[in-house]
Amino acid sequence: MASGVLIFGEFADGAIAGVTGELLGVGRKLADSLGEELTAAFIGDGIAQDASGAFPMGADKVYVVDDPSLRLYQSESYADVAEKVLKQVDPNIVVMGTSTMGRDLAPKLACRLETGLAMDCLELSAVPETKGLIANRPVFGGKAMAEVDCGSVRPSMATVRLKSQEALDPDSSRSGEVVKVDAGLDPSIAKSIIVDSVQVEVEGVRLEDARIVIGGGRGIGSIENWGKLEELAGIMSGAVGSTRGACDEGYCELDTQLGITSKTVAPELYMAVGISGASQHMSGVAFSKFIIAINKDAEAPIFRHSLYGVVGRWEDILPAFQAKVQELVSE
Amino acid sequence: MKFLVFVKQIPDPDIPPAQFRIDTEKNTVAPPQGSSPAVSTYDELAVEAALRLRDDVGGEVTVVSLNNNPVMNVIKKPLAMGSDNLILLQDDAFEGGDAMTTARVLAAAAKKIEFDLILCGRQAGDWDNGQVGSYVAEMLGVPIVINSGKLEVNGDKIRVERTTKDGRDIIESPFPTIITAGDEIGVARYPKLRDIMAAGRKQPEVWNAQDLGLDPSKVGDAGALTKVNRLYLEEKSSQVEMIEADTPAEAGEQLAMKLRDLKVI
Repeated sequence: MASGVLIFGEFADGAIAGVTGELLGVGRKLADSLGEELTAAFIGDGIAQDASGAFPMGADKVYVVDDPSLRLYQSESYADVAEKVLKQVDPNIVVMGTSTMGRDLAPKLACRLETGLAMDCLELSAVPETKGLIANRPVFGGKAMAEVDCGSVRPSMATVRLKSQEALDPDSSRSGEVVKVDAGLDPSIAKSIIVDSVQVEVEGVRLEDARIVIGGGRGIGSIENWGKLEELAGIMSGAVGSTRGACDEGYCELDTQLGITSKTVAPELYMAVGISGASQHMSGVAFSKFIIAINKDAEAPIFRHSLYGVVGRWEDILPAFQAKVQELVSE
Repeated sequence: MKFLVFVKQIPDPDIPPAQFRIDTEKNTVAPPQGSSPAVSTYDELAVEAALRLRDDVGGEVTVVSLNNNPVMNVIKKPLAMGSDNLILLQDDAFEGGDAMTTARVLAAAAKKIEFDLILCGRQAGDWDNGQVGSYVAEMLGVPIVINSGKLEVNGDKIRVERTTKDGRDIIESPFPTIITAGDEIGVARYPKLRDIMAAGRKQPEVWNAQDLGLDPSKVGDAGALTKVNRLYLEEKSSQVEMIEADTPAEAGEQLAMKLRDLKVI
């Protein structure tokens, strides 16, 4: 009989990735409300040693599929291996991150199991009586929320938006059993294959890791002006993010775009400059600790999301702001 | 080459948040007066990507839409953009479905049509699920590449560029395959007036559940695995403190001081 909660953790640059802590945090909450076990599964190459790092973060049991052929994410291979783990664990609930892996893997698995899946959720709760899953997720580009019942087939599945869940405080006294699963893959099943991977060197702080993010919108007006945001970000040890509008105008690179279908950040400070605050964009910054905004339109929706706001032309406000920040940080 | 594009008609995605209302009984959007539905943005990008490939290597673009209430000038936009055929999938039995039942209908339609490449948006602008493309791929047993950017036919494979968190991947997938279109496709073309007129005269083909050999218990409300219990608007507690100062420069300085108070800088 199905039992427990299974999360699919991830590794990045040879270490357990941040999303794993979030998944274990929400997974622990779900498992406790069902009174059942939380299992973390990892798929990759050379990860067996470090996978036990999931125990202090909340896992009761760890499954590892460690195989050289799984070094990079490959759609068909990962789906086969994940399905194998899933059948062994036989959980009531499966949770992944809405990451490059989760976006591809979760629907493939849900289809194979013919079960209900809710994508990109902000909140999950388990129903102890039915062992079912209720998910709250943004819809209509973030303008509304939907509460979704993932149905009666087990396991129920969900992916959670990156940076939307809280990790637990690590408890180093926790430990458990690590189960190794043989990949046993037929290499010929791999069809869509990464033939080349280009790394682009990022100057300064990476957007996803930045403690301070300055967001610029269409209102920035030119590539030259965009440079001013980058200069300010440099002083604040932060990074610059953008809206779809700013990308469309060509002020910045597409990989800086924040929003429901692009990147999600959760910095301590999100400073929105010349950004109206469209739902699509706000979905990507909603978990920032503090949001402040400069906008010439006093009615701009961005102010409803902000702790502090200044109405005015950013060109008039930013120089003095920057000078004061410079003074404060060099004290 | 034969290209199939799945498109969805959705409520106007540009309804301003202040006018966005919900019909709580039907759990759907109550669009404001005068707003018109639209082809979901990413599906439009999928049409654009298909047209570029067709212009490059030749072939035919067929657009397929599960749509019981088509607004003709909306759903014919892909034709006006340059697609060759339009097939509408209509049946009362399709009402009230979810991503899985939608995929079952689309997969059944794809089985009736010869194709080398299926394209659709990475997610629809109403429910933002991002599931249908992957479900259809599994149902048809073909590979999929999601969130694609630039596409290129490379012999018996499609070559896909996809942005990653620190660069980009080049992915190759053998035909027949499915691609879902992401932002990096770029901008969809605007149809010319003459082409809009020509599209208006074209009659879409219409297929129902029986034409597709679908079991009514597997589609629509009857076949859905998930259920939307509640659609709601989040309450935004507006507690913003507006900084008032005599000059913009003073406001800027005060804002910086607030960040020091918050210990952010």
